[in-house]
Amino acid sequence: MSSATDTAETAGTADTPGARSATPAAPSPGADAAQARRGGGEGRIGLRANLRHIGALARRNALQIKQDPESMMDALLMPIIFTLLFVYVFGGAIGGDGGGSRDQYVQYLIPGMMGMMGMSIAMAVGTGINEDFRKGVMDRFRAMPISRSSVLVAKSVVEVGRMLVAIVVLLIVGFLVGFDVNGHWLGMLASIGLTALFGASLLWIFILLGLTMRTAQAVQGVSFIVLMPLQFGSSVFVPTDTMPGWLEAFTHVNPLTHVADSARGLMLGEGAVAGPVMWTVVWAVGLTLVTAPMAISMFRKKT
Amino acid sequence: MTRQKTTANAVEVRGLVKHFGETRAVDGIDLDVREGTVMGVLGPNGAGKTTLVRILSTLLQPDAGQATVAGYDVVRQPRELRRTIGLTGQYASVDEKLSGWENLYMIGRLLDLPRLQSRRRADEMLERFSLTEAARRPVSKYSGGMRRRLDLAASMIGRPRVLYLDEPTTGLDPRTRNEVWDEVQNIVADGNTVLLTTQYMEEAERLASELTVIDRGKIIAEGRVPELKAKVGGRTLEIRPQRAAELHQLVGALAQAGLDGVGGATASEETGVVSVPIVSDEQLTAVVGLLGERGFGIADIATHLPSLDEVFLALTGQKATHEDETAYVDEKEEVAA
Repeated sequence: MSSATDTAETAGTADTPGARSATPAAPSPGADAAQARRGGGEGRIGLRANLRHIGALARRNALQIKQDPESMMDALLMPIIFTLLFVYVFGGAIGGDGGGSRDQYVQYLIPGMMGMMGMSIAMAVGTGINEDFRKGVMDRFRAMPISRSSVLVAKSVVEVGRMLVAIVVLLIVGFLVGFDVNGHWLGMLASIGLTALFGASLLWIFILLGLTMRTAQAVQGVSFIVLMPLQFGSSVFVPTDTMPGWLEAFTHVNPLTHVADSARGLMLGEGAVAGPVMWTVVWAVGLTLVTAPMAISMFRKKT
Repeated sequence: MTRQKTTANAVEVRGLVKHFGETRAVDGIDLDVREGTVMGVLGPNGAGKTTLVRILSTLLQPDAGQATVAGYDVVRQPRELRRTIGLTGQYASVDEKLSGWENLYMIGRLLDLPRLQSRRRADEMLERFSLTEAARRPVSKYSGGMRRRLDLAASMIGRPRVLYLDEPTTGLDPRTRNEVWDEVQNIVADGNTVLLTTQYMEEAERLASELTVIDRGKIIAEGRVPELKAKVGGRTLEIRPQRAAELHQLVGALAQAGLDGVGGATASEETGVVSVPIVSDEQLTAVVGLLGERGFGIADIATHLPSLDEVFLALTGQKATHEDETAYVDEKEEVAA
């Protein structure tokens, strides 16, 4: 708590309009005490206060999207374009596991691309954070009695929402071009959840990049260079057994392969499930444990 | 944690130092801001004003010295300190994509006001800063003056004990500047403690009760506004004789009398006024007495304090608005990095 005078004031009177002009000599006591109580007293920010702050900041990020609907274009168009591109341009030629039919390739491609959606959406957060950081409003947040990590957590909450939108669009387009989960609806839900978990862990890497690089363009450039080999050096688009040994070895450690394989296992009921799911979770948790604290501490230090 | 001591000083700064590489942006500053007063920190670009404010708002760590705000240490008690301050920066620190109302509501929620109170407070502040009509429009569509007003409103949501105004009118046109000044004067009239940085003499003179003049990170003068002016230049006594023909006789009489400490009088035929530099009230009395004795008729008599521009020139030996752009850019870059 602050001081004796602060606690003596009742919070109620201080918040009625006009109360401030009635007590011109004492700038803030009532609100101060009320804030101190609700915020958990001695400057420490309690869990509930933290969740409230994250909520208020997430609302900000969501309103930004509403104000600037073009920023949702990637989540809406990317799944459509990639699906159409791969199914109709490459689909017939690549074929499925066994027979070269386009329908079989759809079954292979759609689950595979879920993780890729997560990764592509995550990439955008880096540029967003980088731009956001250059604005005066960050100074305001950083000079306010809120946990600094809540700014980043709120951003990732909204970004996971964007990922879910992209994944849902992907599935809808998939169904339209003939994708069929054969009744594995629960598997599909599990797979969506798993992909979001993986995507959320990737967010921290790109947040870290966004905080490190000087310009938004640089962030985009670096992200792209990292992204391309990961996306294509995996089982996202094609089975890996035709690749040369060294590349196939790379695909086995590439987390996107695990995400893609786990989605296939869960949604199609084909192939191994436990292994890929386990590796996806290991990757997601591992990445988050390493990069989230790094990103938060970098954000704290950044002045 | 309890406040360390009950003090009449809302802000106390002792020996504060901050380097950016080779530049000593803040170089041993001592500063006291008494509760309920407005302290003006006056200085040219790159003097270290923004660095000082950023340290006092916990955005920068000092390299040496200490500072407390409302009794809370900037380094050891940043969380507590942040509850007591409001910050309005050089660049409006509000979210451009959100509406004015959404900005204020968000700040209320971040300050742990319940939803209903946050809503009320947002409405109340928009009303107070004459932004009610623009409440639902995105801030990107606001004029410069409206943005600064919203920024002030955002800083006042939490009823801060100490409000920092870092160059609140830099870059505004004169009419908008007056708008913002009016709002700041209202805030001041409510008894808030304000630390105001500015490079405009007019602004400091109009809003601040006490002044600290800084240059290159060091304090070069401080005191109440009239004291500071008197300290530097003394006053000028201007006498208009009833009969313009007596202008030079009057100068002659003053020179002849040789009053102690009274400087050389000068006459201007254009304005019909004799100017006499004086330092004390006694000298003023002596001059007026002498004129009465000699039978000069006086039409008008007035004393003038030097302007703050003149004060600054006298203190630093250079023009107040000097073009120290490089230093300014350095500071800004360090701040951004």
